[in-house]
Amino acid sequence: MSVRRLHNEQPASFAFTPENREWAMGQLEKYPRGHQASAVIPLLWRAQEQHGWLPEPAIRHVAEMLDMKPIRVLEVATFYTMYNLKPVGKHFVQVCGNISCLLRGADALMKTCEDKIGPRDTVNDDLDMSWTEVECAGACTNAPVVAIGDDYIEDLTGEKLAEIIARLRNGEAVKPGPQNGRFSSEPEGGATSLLDRQAIFEAWKTYSPKAEADEKAAEPALLADAHEEPELVEDSHDEPELIEDTRDEPELIEDTRDEPELIEDDHAEPELLTAPRGGKGDDLKRIKGVGPKLEGVLHELGFYHFDQIADWNRENIAWVDSRLKFKGRIERDDWVSQARLLASGEETAFSKRVDKGDVPSSKKGGA
Amino acid sequence: MPKLTIDGIEVEIESGMTVLQACEEAGVEIPRFCYHERLSIAGNCRMCLVEIEKMPKLAASCAMPAGEGMVVRTRSEKVRAARQNVMEFQLVNHPLDCPICDQGGECDLQDEAMAYGLGEGRFSEDKHAFEPKYMGPLIKTMMNRCIHCTRCVRFIAEIAGTEEIGAIGRGGATEIITYLQAAVTSELSGNVIDLCPVGALTSRPYAFSARPWELRKTQGIDVMDAVGSNIRIDSRGASVMRILPRNHDDVNEEWLADRSRFIWDGLKSRRLDRPYMRKGGKLVETSWDEALAAVAAKLKSTAAEKIGAIAGDLCAVEEMFALKSLLEELGVTNLDCRQNGAALDPALGRASYLFNASIAGIEAADALIIIGANPRLEAPVLNARIRKRWLAGGFKISVIGERADLTYDYNYLGAGPESLKTIVAGHEAFDGAQRPMVIVGQGAIARPDGAAILSQAARLADAIGAVSADWNGFCVLHEAASRVGGLDVGFVPGTGGGTVADMIKAAGSGALEVLYLLGADEIDMKALGDAFVIYQGSHGDAGAHRADVILPGSAYTEKDGTYVNTEGRVQLGARAVMPPGEAREDWRILRALSGLMDAKLPFDTPEELRDRISDAVPHLEQVDEIAFADSAALKALAGKGGTVASDPFRSGAADHYMGNPIIRASAVMAKCKALHEREEEATGTDA
Amino acid sequence: MLADQDRIFTNLYGFHDWGLKGALKRGVWDNTKALLSRDPDGIIDEMKASGLRGRGGAGFPTGLKWSFMPKDPDADGRPNYLIVNADEGEPGTCKDREIIRHDPHRLIEGSLLAAYAMHARTAYIYIRGEFIQERLHLEAAIEEAYEAGLIGRNACGSGWDFDCYVHHGAGAYICGEETALIESLEGKKGMPRLKPPFPANCGLYGCPSTVNNVESIAVTGEILRRGAGWFAGLGRSNNTGTKIFAISGHVNAPCVVEEEMGIDLRELIETHCGGVRGGWDNLLAVIPGGSSVPCVPADQCSPLKMDFDGLLEVKSGLGTAAVIVMDKSTDIVRVIARLSAFYEHESCGQCTPCREGTGWMNRVMQRMVTGQAHKSEIDMLLDVTKHVEGHTICALGDAAAWPIQGLVRHFRHVIEERIDEYTSNPASKPVAAE
Repeated sequence: MSVRRLHNEQPASFAFTPENREWAMGQLEKYPRGHQASAVIPLLWRAQEQHGWLPEPAIRHVAEMLDMKPIRVLEVATFYTMYNLKPVGKHFVQVCGNISCLLRGADALMKTCEDKIGPRDTVNDDLDMSWTEVECAGACTNAPVVAIGDDYIEDLTGEKLAEIIARLRNGEAVKPGPQNGRFSSEPEGGATSLLDRQAIFEAWKTYSPKAEADEKAAEPALLADAHEEPELVEDSHDEPELIEDTRDEPELIEDTRDEPELIEDDHAEPELLTAPRGGKGDDLKRIKGVGPKLEGVLHELGFYHFDQIADWNRENIAWVDSRLKFKGRIERDDWVSQARLLASGEETAFSKRVDKGDVPSSKKGGA
Repeated sequence: MPKLTIDGIEVEIESGMTVLQACEEAGVEIPRFCYHERLSIAGNCRMCLVEIEKMPKLAASCAMPAGEGMVVRTRSEKVRAARQNVMEFQLVNHPLDCPICDQGGECDLQDEAMAYGLGEGRFSEDKHAFEPKYMGPLIKTMMNRCIHCTRCVRFIAEIAGTEEIGAIGRGGATEIITYLQAAVTSELSGNVIDLCPVGALTSRPYAFSARPWELRKTQGIDVMDAVGSNIRIDSRGASVMRILPRNHDDVNEEWLADRSRFIWDGLKSRRLDRPYMRKGGKLVETSWDEALAAVAAKLKSTAAEKIGAIAGDLCAVEEMFALKSLLEELGVTNLDCRQNGAALDPALGRASYLFNASIAGIEAADALIIIGANPRLEAPVLNARIRKRWLAGGFKISVIGERADLTYDYNYLGAGPESLKTIVAGHEAFDGAQRPMVIVGQGAIARPDGAAILSQAARLADAIGAVSADWNGFCVLHEAASRVGGLDVGFVPGTGGGTVADMIKAAGSGALEVLYLLGADEIDMKALGDAFVIYQGSHGDAGAHRADVILPGSAYTEKDGTYVNTEGRVQLGARAVMPPGEAREDWRILRALSGLMDAKLPFDTPEELRDRISDAVPHLEQVDEIAFADSAALKALAGKGGTVASDPFRSGAADHYMGNPIIRASAVMAKCKALHEREEEATGTDA
Repeated sequence: MLADQDRIFTNLYGFHDWGLKGALKRGVWDNTKALLSRDPDGIIDEMKASGLRGRGGAGFPTGLKWSFMPKDPDADGRPNYLIVNADEGEPGTCKDREIIRHDPHRLIEGSLLAAYAMHARTAYIYIRGEFIQERLHLEAAIEEAYEAGLIGRNACGSGWDFDCYVHHGAGAYICGEETALIESLEGKKGMPRLKPPFPANCGLYGCPSTVNNVESIAVTGEILRRGAGWFAGLGRSNNTGTKIFAISGHVNAPCVVEEEMGIDLRELIETHCGGVRGGWDNLLAVIPGGSSVPCVPADQCSPLKMDFDGLLEVKSGLGTAAVIVMDKSTDIVRVIARLSAFYEHESCGQCTPCREGTGWMNRVMQRMVTGQAHKSEIDMLLDVTKHVEGHTICALGDAAAWPIQGLVRHFRHVIEERIDEYTSNPASKPVAAE
């Protein structure tokens, strides 16, 4: 149980910015006339986004906009726990402490927060950071998880979280999503299902609903080509945005940390080739994160084809990673998923840019 | 008409009832905390769980619609255990501070714990603790005791219509609070104290002053407005300790306005507890004999046409009848009970001055126009009835007069007579209404052109079909508890007699030499010239200060009295305590005076007095009845016409916390007034 | 293992484009117009025949639920509403998130079809406030669908007008309860309503409403395209179709995966999750359906059919099919105590047994973690859970009670040992953290 009450220090007033006000007015149109109170949760949320936390004058402001009594809005503001009724840090780390995260090390994350940020629910002014424990974030198969700002950071360890806190402190970007190399919630090491492209892109055509021909003709034009062979499936939708929007900066992770001791493991060695099959390898530079230099290293190690990389499991990745100068790049840029697509003949947003010649470092022959 | 079996008893009930109501029909008691028959159903306390055959889980009987053929068990082992368990949960965080809790002795939780509790708690953790919350001068809070039934939240939102109290936070941290702990401003706020089943909300003025079992309970009638709310006066020895509402479905249901509830400190201060006479320009204490002899001498020595009498707003029928009888015996015709100058005339028929639709009848109406009234401030409990009707839907309300927050939406037509004229001329808005109501307030008729406005209101009522064979929607809203009674007994000018305004003018000019003020304080005392003023009343207010002789009378809690409310309902209030000091019941004073004047009134006991009243005005015998008032009178009234001025209608709002001598003597009411003035300043409302 | 051909959620992991273009290539919105030319009752019958049971936890038959909605909403001027419950918050559960962020069009199309079948012209998708990125995906997808004429006026050229709005919460697990969700959508605290009246009669804004889980709605399109027979042919009677499982906790590779209903627990874990950490024999217990269902100890886990009836047999439930796996290193008392803290935190506070009971149970549970309790309190605690269970307005009270009941049923000895340990050395540091 948490006692959620108004903060003892409040700003004198609050008003939405003109843009937010316009947005708020647009929200009201979602609900039937006379039911504008429905918009109270989104409006309070926008007020919090604008102010950083939810101050009392904002509660009155929203009440006035929605023609509600302020006590009704206060009830809402104190009931829902995402409203921060007192200031939080610019970087607000919300650690999920519920069952799945607890089982996979949430304690360590909270310990890290205590060590690096300070006591829970207290703003560390030097870092402009604070942290709290929240109930289940709903990303349980990627436990343990924290939310920072609008993003989930998943598959964490105490050490990784410490690194992230350090990055945030230095104003550096943090990649949202899994931190252990996987793409989303597929099993680590590679998906065990949905590997059959035919099932994904073709099977549905066999049970396409029957309709009269003339009705079909009236279908929205956009749908008409859906029955054709898919060409480009990947597009920019898939590119996760980085916190603070510093994506596409390959230098970011090129730090000079000491290399950890390599753990040699014969089982971890992936299938290696001494030369490309059929004499010609794939252009590995079409993988985001692989430049001419790294491509050379991969060739040296025995990798020439996308399908080789696509088959890497967790141990393989560790094996390769230990042989690269820049650690963590494979997981950070998710070479495996990229290679999986490229191997199947599809493209990625990055490969398209490479093919168009937009990426100098990946030009044929290298820079 | 579904039939159910409850604990083996078959009952037939009206459809739409809940299982809990069906149980009550069957005479089976169901414990409850959150359920209240006049509030929406919350179903949150879980005390009323019962077993219903074919239902997998116990059901909250308060919320479960009763269905045909249901077999309900309320005494099974399962139900008994559930009640015991819920009781245990209620007590988990409830402090065991009954010895210092004002609710002790009348606490639902105490009672139910005795009836259903385990007797011993198993909870060994620390209890929650919450700070008391400020809710204003009337409601005292002790939030540790709150069991979160939300009755107060629902009352303020639904009945009072101000949505000031809420439950913030969630889970065990839920707290009842007002926004930023502002004082509750509703004029009905005190009812949450009655509704609170525990000692979380108690009466601040009454705090720690008595235990319920020490109190003598007397059934009274409230006189702070003309609704005639039924009250229970709790007294100890000579003191009124508090006032609570009594249920009367047709009048106040079980609500009471704050100024009716918290007035009792005004009964103790500024009291006239012995006779006074002005000697050498100063009022000095005197004896009854001397005072009465002086009054008798003055009356005897003055010509009847130079004597006048005004009855105030709090008088019972008894003293008005007695004074009228005495003065008529002397030939005096200058009598008036319309202190505010309202243009109401009993000669026009009783229907011309009653709230004909009746208070309960509001719920049957389907349209309403309010003219020159602010029911919220003039008759808060009646206003709650209007709101109740409005909430039920299909009730269009229009207002002419001051624009104020009445707790319901209305169509504002304008400020004064011009707007009334317009609506009389074009009243299409009321087309299709079967039972429309016209409420005419004192703001419309207590003015020089009042008679013409009353006539026009009657014309409107006629035009929109508010008066028909089975419906009379013409409603005069009174503010003074005495008014209808006074009009009923004819305490109005006789042939050649003057009205209040005439009498004041005559006194100022010297034409009127003796003025008998029966509890009348709301007239301009400075305008009375050299007239000899006799003041009979309970409080040292304006009248007493101007008086030449003061005859100390009794307040409404100190006498048996008959009151007729705005709808014409005759009600009896009983004496709860003796008047202070040498003060006496008012009719006895007049009876004694008559004895000194060779005009001895023909009654010596209250029974004889009431017989005489019944002889004169037969319907006053029918207690709790509203005698038939012939609506034909309204036709004549409508035809009277007259010219009207253009001044906007005022409302009784300004007098809400200052309207009579008892209110003015109340420190609690002064606090409320100050609070409201601050509120108005802050919000810029002029209501 | 379920064949990829039978998987509905073909972009569960987001390997492909989640936008409209990508969705079209995976068969979403394939001639939806033809489906909308069917009789609404025919659609409901098809859903009934598919045997689909609600995927949000309670498992109420979806088609039957739809059939409760008034057939002529214009009769009394009250519109019908479809509300999609995307307030996924049951600890252990993260399946709807994958649908929303990786396959939002499947959800939008399903909403259109379900709304059409129920004569609703408006759908609100209520998504939990924490899912910010997921909400952005969903909003973008809805915009795409509007622009393409798939929803809005004359949706898909069918003549049916349909509006779909996203509404979000702000941190309250209880809003996953359908009537609390409706209250929240109306701009109030998320406090469950009393039933009756049921939402199908009096729901959002007092109008007939049906609240369905994201997964239940999102599978609608495929069921209608492939036919009820296909769906009913998967799993077993009363437990048909495919189901998204989310396996978290002590497995080697936690994941979300769509599988056939009734799959054996061990097969599920070993096929998709790389097995239990330390091997199958290292399994202590699983919580098979999200935090609200009782745990199942290892000795009852093999074989264990992962469907409604299979889990009922071991006195647990399928719930949201969120499988939380615990190996032998787990402090099971602490885990359940963490859930007790969760339920106290999330109790709305409306009704007495839950408001007071969750706090009471949690405080006793926290003492049990360190062993600071009397053994007699175990029975008292069990008794308190029985008093909360079944006496509350909504199911949160039950959900708070069951994990503790499961703990006492299967791991009483652990609690007792903990108490003994503490009693024998009361001055020692507490056995577990906190």
